[in-house]
Amino acid sequence: MFDFSIVTNWIHQTLTSYMSEGLAIFLECIAIGVCIILMYALLAIILIYMERKICAFFQCRLGPNRVGKWGSIQVICDVLKMLTKEIFTPNAADRFLYNLAPFMVIIASFLTFTCLPINKGMEVLNFNVGIFFLLSASSMGVIGILLAGWGSNNKFSLIGAMRSGAQIISYELSVGLSILTMVVLMGTMQFSEIVEGQADGWFIFKGHLPALIAFIVYLIAGNAECNRGPFDLPEAESELTAGYHTEYSGMHFGFFYLAEYLNLFIVASVAVTIFLGGWMPFHVVGMDGFNAVMDCIPGFVWFFGKAFFVVFLLMWIKWTFPRLRIDQILALEWKYLVPISMVNLIIMVLIVVFELHF
Amino acid sequence: METYSYLGGIVHGIRSLLTGMKTTMTVFCRRKVTEQYPENRTTLQMFDRFRGTLTMPHNEQNEHHCVACGLCQMACPNGTIKVTSETVETEDGKKKKILAKYEYDLGSCMFCQLCVTACPHDAITFDTAFEHAVFDRTKLVKTLNRPGSHVIEKKKTAVPQGETAK
Repeated sequence: MFDFSIVTNWIHQTLTSYMSEGLAIFLECIAIGVCIILMYALLAIILIYMERKICAFFQCRLGPNRVGKWGSIQVICDVLKMLTKEIFTPNAADRFLYNLAPFMVIIASFLTFTCLPINKGMEVLNFNVGIFFLLSASSMGVIGILLAGWGSNNKFSLIGAMRSGAQIISYELSVGLSILTMVVLMGTMQFSEIVEGQADGWFIFKGHLPALIAFIVYLIAGNAECNRGPFDLPEAESELTAGYHTEYSGMHFGFFYLAEYLNLFIVASVAVTIFLGGWMPFHVVGMDGFNAVMDCIPGFVWFFGKAFFVVFLLMWIKWTFPRLRIDQILALEWKYLVPISMVNLIIMVLIVVFELHF
Repeated sequence: METYSYLGGIVHGIRSLLTGMKTTMTVFCRRKVTEQYPENRTTLQMFDRFRGTLTMPHNEQNEHHCVACGLCQMACPNGTIKVTSETVETEDGKKKKILAKYEYDLGSCMFCQLCVTACPHDAITFDTAFEHAVFDRTKLVKTLNRPGSHVIEKKKTAVPQGETAK
């Protein structure tokens, strides 16, 4: 497995040989920030293209296929169009909150994005309460959505934002509980250690039944967290025009759009890190030749491969199921997911205490 | 409506959700129905029941089935069809109404197919041609009967029967 920390250490040593350590660290921070923003934008473009194509295929269509080969530069054209559009503020809107909201959403998304361990030695934020930080950073997004709804001074935006608030705050509970179940099994909250712990088997296999249940609960709740799929009540087009981002245009709308797709990717990659082994290759016990071949594939390929597989799973769900009503959404959460994950947590604790896991 | 217990409801729900996902996956793998229109102009096959243009089929002898009864003109809600007939005298001295001109205004047609349904002789039908764009509205008014065409004469099979009856 290629260790990316060799590269980062080399960069650090080269920089410190030319300048003071403080300046070197400052420059590294800027470089990493730029890298993250670039990767964020690139992933958003890939995800939007993927969503359009997969949505089309599920509806027996071809999807975008006119701009570039297979419509591959369609999304880039859309991004350029979005960048040139005018950003305006409605007359009676709360100017400050209205303009702040998209940045809250995108900052929450960025912060969660930086936590993801992409390769060995390639983690940006890596400390002993990583999962805790991720959960708290991701819950900042809902503030942005509520601000957008309130600041727009538009009843559709406000209704959409309130629905979103009710939904996200409820589903945060199941996300927390299912991750807590896995924390019991993992014994650590640091992302690099979580992935290292899966070198001899992914946690979804190690924790067998409770891990599988936690995985499914996490996928459902995570899907609801990013306002997608059958849970896209906050922007129900037929009822609320576009929900909380009705009044936004240009790149302010683009931020919401970007954050929506990146949150999908973040949910998928957290699922990958916790349940499917992160950047760890797939190993079968006893098949050394097969394992050696798997080891040749670099870690970030494994990570992105698994993450896009989970993204596909979530898109499959989105384009299959009809939208739920708000009471059905809350019933699903409070009557089914929360009790199930609580029982699941107790089962997992018993399994860990009596060492029944692999 | 069936009622389920708590756990039964969960099992039933998951099963029906999986059925839905199986259905969409079969659609995902199916051949796509999208027609790449301008590129496949030469090979494009419209389906048979598509209503493109009203036509009057003629056979090899330049004959059609229209007897100029005017039922299609009366059935048309938009006044799209104008049947002009003339009376001629046949060899045996009878007077007969024949079709002189069958005018059809594509611009006011709404493709309801009432004229085709009304026709007692199946003289008119819709074909699948749909590229109607022209630069002048008068070009949309079409004459459906070809120059020099005439109606297919009914075979005289009824005559011997009529003679035996006498």
